[in-house]
Amino acid sequence: MDQVLEILIAVFLVIGGVFGLVGSFGLIKLNDAMSRLHAPTKATTLGVGGVLIASMLHAYAHEGHLSWHELLITLFLFLTAPITANFIAKAHIHRHETPDSLPVAGEDLKWATHDIAPEKQKSDSAPTDRS
Amino acid sequence: MRLLSRIFPHPYLTGLLTVVWLLLVNSYSLNSLLFGFLLGIVIPFLTRPYWTDRPELHHPLKIVEYFAIVIWDIIVANVIVAGIVLFKRNADRHPAWVCIPMELRSPEAITVLAGTITLTPGTVSADLSAEGHFLLVHCLDAPDPDAVRDEIKDRYERRLMEIFE
Repeated sequence: MDQVLEILIAVFLVIGGVFGLVGSFGLIKLNDAMSRLHAPTKATTLGVGGVLIASMLHAYAHEGHLSWHELLITLFLFLTAPITANFIAKAHIHRHETPDSLPVAGEDLKWATHDIAPEKQKSDSAPTDRS
Repeated sequence: MRLLSRIFPHPYLTGLLTVVWLLLVNSYSLNSLLFGFLLGIVIPFLTRPYWTDRPELHHPLKIVEYFAIVIWDIIVANVIVAGIVLFKRNADRHPAWVCIPMELRSPEAITVLAGTITLTPGTVSADLSAEGHFLLVHCLDAPDPDAVRDEIKDRYERRLMEIFE
């Protein structure tokens, strides 16, 4: 039983490590900014996931009880990874893309990042209504 | 009923906070359950001004199904993206922007859809259209952008429609 758990832990550690490595390698290899953004969001899912499963198994095998912190880490990663990726993407659109270089946004015509109303550019205070 | 919804403006959030507290404590006891429940009441109560709408969830089983599908897709797509990163030359890769028309209207549902798209490797949701009816998605390798659009609409959006609207 212990042997099986050890092997499982090792397998999940290797899986996590390989995907983390591939994610980091993608950062070097891919050649445009938006494609590079794909690599780190991937490493957080399966790369970290593999390590977390290994950690849960290890706690079960050596301390005899399940550890739930890993589930929380997964939850926080799933909440934060898309938001950081979205912020980077928006910064990229803001600085390097024009409305012509993106596909047309259907009937809405503009994407939110390019949709800056003239009066909003002047006022620097944040909107206060909470509706 | 009124009083109850004043005390519990977001019953799901109350439940979630209680569970998160129990997980943080990492061991079950009545003390931590009660304290987690207390946090679950106080935090939604204090942050109520920022959460005006209460999202309605239908079909709890569909939520489980959705989670299972997303996790499976993450695993499969991770392998595909690893293959692209390792074995495909940059010149052969076709990165593309895809515009996805959405029927979803509730902000919570759109957030979940955008998050799902980012978490499944190969696609990153980049922006929302000015009126919030379209989603801009960047694909790492999409020789056929229309297929990507149809898959996202059929696989994720259809299920989220059933859950949220």
